[in-house]
Amino acid sequence: MGRIDPADRTAPPPEPSLYASRQKVYPRAVQGRVRRAKWAILAFCLALYYLVPWLRWERGPGMPDQAVLADIANARLFLFWIEIWPQEIYFLTGLLVLGAIGLFAATSLFGRVWCGFTCPQTVWTDLFMWVERKIEGDRNARMKLDAAPWSRAKLARKAAKHAAWLAIAAATGGAWIMYFQDAPTVTREILTGGASLETYFFFGLFTATTYVLAGWAREQVCTYMCPWPRFQAAMLDENSLVVSYRAWRGEPRGKAKAEGIGDCVDCRACVHVCPTGIDIRDGQQLECIGCGLCIDACDDVMRKLGRPAGLVAFETLANLAASEAATTGLAPGPVRQVCGMKARQPVRFSRPRTWMYAGVLGAVALVMLGAFLLRDTATLTVLRDRAPLYVRLSDGALRNAYTLKLANRRRGEAALALALDAPQGFRLVVQDSETDAAGRPLLALRPDGVTQWRALVTAPAGLRLAESTPVRFRLLDAEGRTVLSERSVFLGPK
Amino acid sequence: MPTKIEKDAVSGRDTTGHEWDGIKELNTPLPKWWIYTFYATIVFALVWVVLYPALPIRGATGVTGWTARGAIVDEMVERANQQAPMLNALRGATPQQIVADADLRNFALAGGRVAFANNCAGCHGAGGQGAPGGFPSLADDDWIWGGKLDQIRDTIRHGVRNTEDEAARATMMPRFLADGLLKPAQVNDVAEHVLGLSGRATDPAAAGRGAALFAENCASCHGERGLGNREMGAPNLADQVWLYGGDKAAVVHSIAYARAGVMPSWSTRLDPAVVNMLAVYVHALGGGEAE
Repeated sequence: MGRIDPADRTAPPPEPSLYASRQKVYPRAVQGRVRRAKWAILAFCLALYYLVPWLRWERGPGMPDQAVLADIANARLFLFWIEIWPQEIYFLTGLLVLGAIGLFAATSLFGRVWCGFTCPQTVWTDLFMWVERKIEGDRNARMKLDAAPWSRAKLARKAAKHAAWLAIAAATGGAWIMYFQDAPTVTREILTGGASLETYFFFGLFTATTYVLAGWAREQVCTYMCPWPRFQAAMLDENSLVVSYRAWRGEPRGKAKAEGIGDCVDCRACVHVCPTGIDIRDGQQLECIGCGLCIDACDDVMRKLGRPAGLVAFETLANLAASEAATTGLAPGPVRQVCGMKARQPVRFSRPRTWMYAGVLGAVALVMLGAFLLRDTATLTVLRDRAPLYVRLSDGALRNAYTLKLANRRRGEAALALALDAPQGFRLVVQDSETDAAGRPLLALRPDGVTQWRALVTAPAGLRLAESTPVRFRLLDAEGRTVLSERSVFLGPK
Repeated sequence: MPTKIEKDAVSGRDTTGHEWDGIKELNTPLPKWWIYTFYATIVFALVWVVLYPALPIRGATGVTGWTARGAIVDEMVERANQQAPMLNALRGATPQQIVADADLRNFALAGGRVAFANNCAGCHGAGGQGAPGGFPSLADDDWIWGGKLDQIRDTIRHGVRNTEDEAARATMMPRFLADGLLKPAQVNDVAEHVLGLSGRATDPAAAGRGAALFAENCASCHGERGLGNREMGAPNLADQVWLYGGDKAAVVHSIAYARAGVMPSWSTRLDPAVVNMLAVYVHALGGGEAE
């Protein structure tokens, strides 16, 4: 554990153990700019999560009318007007790549803002802590309650808290299911007991994980389970805005009225509000999720003392060093404060690293956009039969068979005529198809589905053919324009 | 090896007491719940060993009685139950009815493909391509016993020249040389005439002599112009498809010693629904004839 209470430094070394009990963290409530931003982001993220499955999107008869739906059974991903088939799953991969690079870029600019503000672990933990505070009271009341012997009142409070947590967790688990099944239907099914065993399993699984991770595990998830804090240091540099304690201004810390003392009055407000229970004054550390609540706590204390805010602030390591250098030797007081702040340089957002992230982000986004705009609404696949390679007919003609697969992502009914580019005399027949006025086979497209056809191509007897003759299948629309084409070969004897 | 546990000056933390070449290891204790989670997985594994067959020991079957084979059997029974309504429909339908119904037809084509691979492909080849030496191609348009749905189904049901089915197709071609019906020179003449039917005679004089012999000995089954007779299973001799080879030596051998391919009866081996699926599948390979 990286958390060392400064008071412990003088204590005799404890009996060393390779395992440590968890120090329960009791974060205190705090008000301020960062807290307000966090509440707003929390409300937005939760509203997005819980409400999106209920958005409707008309897609026509027989199609789901849910705006965002991962329809596993029918292998379709619906996003408003976009419909992704399993073979286009690279779009999802592309989104994840964009997300990862965006995370790197945001971290190199503003530190762990993802962790502190938008990570589901943070959002739900914040929500659970809010519920906890409403039921058990703030930090001191909670500590007292936990220390108190079990009584009817304590039991009632604890039971109420866990019931509220479980209710939120159930709503969370239920909402997750709704992304995979029709929201109104599955809600009714879950409530009336009519849902499938799998639905209840995943409902229970996500309820349990939400309850355990946000109610019990909390900062343990960030510190011990999440891989991101372990390598985030690679994204950060001295120009990243990170939650920092301005030691050049605060030290030496001490009583507010004492002489020759910095601005830090060692009230420990920053420690008490920290959701991971660390002391920001120890500098950058793995456990800090960059939520900035210590900034609010410290600003509040500074305001009460009539001192400038910003003793703890989003600050770059470069500016910390510059201020430190400019104030070396200066006695604590307003002069040191002004000199230190003057030595700061504007934050360098434009750096080779950030440009590189922006470049990769833009390139991937462009490639994805291009691929998305250019994606075919229909694809034709031609598979040549390999057994038999060719068939000799009674009149000496040669015949090859092909399986045509037509994937149609549009929803309208349509039929396309099939034409064959091949040497003179080749005949094309498609089993079970009708023909158009010109005698060409008509292939009916299934709306939003795949149709399969078997085409027989016959080369007349007596034609001198190479072992392999290139042919091309073309699909024509009603105006005779080629919509799709696919190459193949016609094989004969050696 | 652990030496002295010290307090590290920089981090204020204890060392583990381990030291390698002057490098000391800081003690970063693991949370206790982590080790408890590990113990929980051990307990889980022990429960698993009791419930399921987990040990490579005969008789260690687990108290639930679960077996991989049993699970497969259960799944197969479930699938068979799912297929039962379709198979019942296929059993009761004629091949024509199956072809007319899109659902039945698709099921029959998919099921027929599997049944063909399991039962027929050994002789007729994958995709019905046939094999030299008497295993006819089922993908071409040349049929010995007929290429309509009913004819194909009857051939599958009863087979050809087998001893196990009374209704098997049973006509035999005489061994013209071996049985003394024709002399060697006559066999040669008939062979020349037969080659001539597909425009490949090499000796017009012999072919001319063979024409009379053909009319006398062969036309009753193969037809006057050698177009064959499916009632008799007499192949068309005027086309380009030769089951036993179309060069002169092969034709001479066929006349002299006859050919008599054999196919087992499948009605005794396969469910009628499977026979129907096979008939529909073979008919759709490319050579099926319209009703």
